[in-house]
Amino acid sequence: MPRIFAYIVHKDGAVDDTALELRATAERIDSTAVLTAVVAGWGAELDAVCETLRASYPEIWKLSHECLAYPNAELVRKALAEVVPRGSIVLVPHSHFGVDLSPGLSIDLDAAFVSDVLEIEGLEGPSLKLVRQEFGGVVSTHVRCDISTGAVLNIRPGAFPPLDRAPAAGQVREVPVGPLTARRRYLSTIVPESGDVDIAKFKMLVSVGRGIQDPENVTIAQELADAVGGAVSCSRPVVDAKWMDKSRQVGSSGKTVKPKVYMACGISGSFQHLAGLKGNPFIVAVNKNSKAPIFRVADVGIVDDLLEFLPVLTTKALEERGVPAK
Amino acid sequence: MKILVCIRRVPDTSENEIELNRAGNDIERDDLVYSVNEPDNYAVEEALQIVQKAGGEVTVITVGGEEDEEVLRREMAMGAHHGVLLSDDSFAGSDGRGIATILKAFVEKDGYDLILTGVQAEDGGAQVGGMLAAMLDYPFASLVTSIELLEGGKLQISREIEGGSREMNEIDLPCVLSIQTGINEPRYVGMRGIRQVASVPIPIVGASELDLEPALVGAAAAKVRRLDYFAPPAGKGARILQGSREEIAGELFELLKAKGGLN
Repeated sequence: MPRIFAYIVHKDGAVDDTALELRATAERIDSTAVLTAVVAGWGAELDAVCETLRASYPEIWKLSHECLAYPNAELVRKALAEVVPRGSIVLVPHSHFGVDLSPGLSIDLDAAFVSDVLEIEGLEGPSLKLVRQEFGGVVSTHVRCDISTGAVLNIRPGAFPPLDRAPAAGQVREVPVGPLTARRRYLSTIVPESGDVDIAKFKMLVSVGRGIQDPENVTIAQELADAVGGAVSCSRPVVDAKWMDKSRQVGSSGKTVKPKVYMACGISGSFQHLAGLKGNPFIVAVNKNSKAPIFRVADVGIVDDLLEFLPVLTTKALEERGVPAK
Repeated sequence: MKILVCIRRVPDTSENEIELNRAGNDIERDDLVYSVNEPDNYAVEEALQIVQKAGGEVTVITVGGEEDEEVLRREMAMGAHHGVLLSDDSFAGSDGRGIATILKAFVEKDGYDLILTGVQAEDGGAQVGGMLAAMLDYPFASLVTSIELLEGGKLQISREIEGGSREMNEIDLPCVLSIQTGINEPRYVGMRGIRQVASVPIPIVGASELDLEPALVGAAAAKVRRLDYFAPPAGKGARILQGSREEIAGELFELLKAKGGLN
């Protein structure tokens, strides 16, 4: 059985939630495999991360280098390629960092690569059977991955819930890395401006996706939001089309929101979008396509054209709240 | 600036509802409409805007068969100067690594300052760009949301990271960038544009022209293989409200009230 390495994402000295998820993933692959957390960074933050990891991983490889103070995937890739034994399985969270790191790392390690893994079906000899999704989550696929020369697997955050395990009392091992240079240099991080409306502050969000079809139709959602005292948010395609400002986008690349009620209108429901929804809101899905993935996670669904349905709901809300409909 | 944009033909999700076939092991392929992978349009548009400023030429390339020529032509109608189809029986069944291997062989023959891909294909793994970069030993950046030319063979780019933040980087040329959607507004292509490039020859380049060892590509070399399609688990599943629009609106309004959605 190959060794399994879990790449640990961390920020400001805190370990990312995915650290425990990767441990659960490793157990799904083979609970008897030698499991090592590998973490790159620098200074006191890295020390704190390693200390935290001792509770959940039996072994921690600490790649400490001034150049790794910021996780520039090009430098991390070089460091990992230097220290990870060939033939290993490397687990990486499927995030903006994993997308940046892993395809190239698989080449450096001469290993197979599978992105956005949702489930491990099992190991048969040198072949690992995995589950992915395609077409924005509309269909699932089984994928067979030949791990005879190792594998780099990007694991979808949230797909493998952490397991309840006794503390591991892990050993931290400092693994030296050689001089690191990259032809891509990190400069700075630009935090977005808050925009006209802070969608994170609302208990009710009327959120629109591709199904809104035309920028002028945003008014229909705004009228409903006004009638119920909520705000209009949106999914990525609406921002890509420049129909709404980036500050209104819910998702892993947009804002994280915690409303009480989330009305997803004409939103298919990609995992990147749902990643922005926290606090277990009551989810209402309005979509013409009864097979849209959003119906799998919503509490109630309305299979209808949002352009037809929302105005009826707006009228109802205005009537009920004693405001005469226009 | 000599720019290569790697594109792909995929089932068009704006034209079809993707669903499982009757046997439940593949997507329904009858009457499926294909088009260029939507994120690739952003990569081509970005390339066109760069050569508009800096001069140079844009080549669009894909690995596939005759049927893939139409997407090359579509991007040439957008303004790409050349199209190249990498096609060979030995390429069939390649995984992402195989595709990257084929593209690498072409890049080594032809030479480019900048190579762009779309962020991801609808049925893909956001992988070929990063693999190609590693094979060529070029620097790579994914999820790129802006590109600015600097002096001295460098670019300043931003990448999309969590929470809507942008990570600014400087990257040396030649490099490979995967372009995030929304970076620009891809220009419209009309029928007239398509007709204008209808007879422009598109060279077909095979394994022998690329000096490519057939054992490195195709199904036999693939480490990763899709076995089937199946229906995703239903999850908790929404309760679908039934009745007339007015009845549904009435029921939903009560639910919104009960769940704290009214303010």
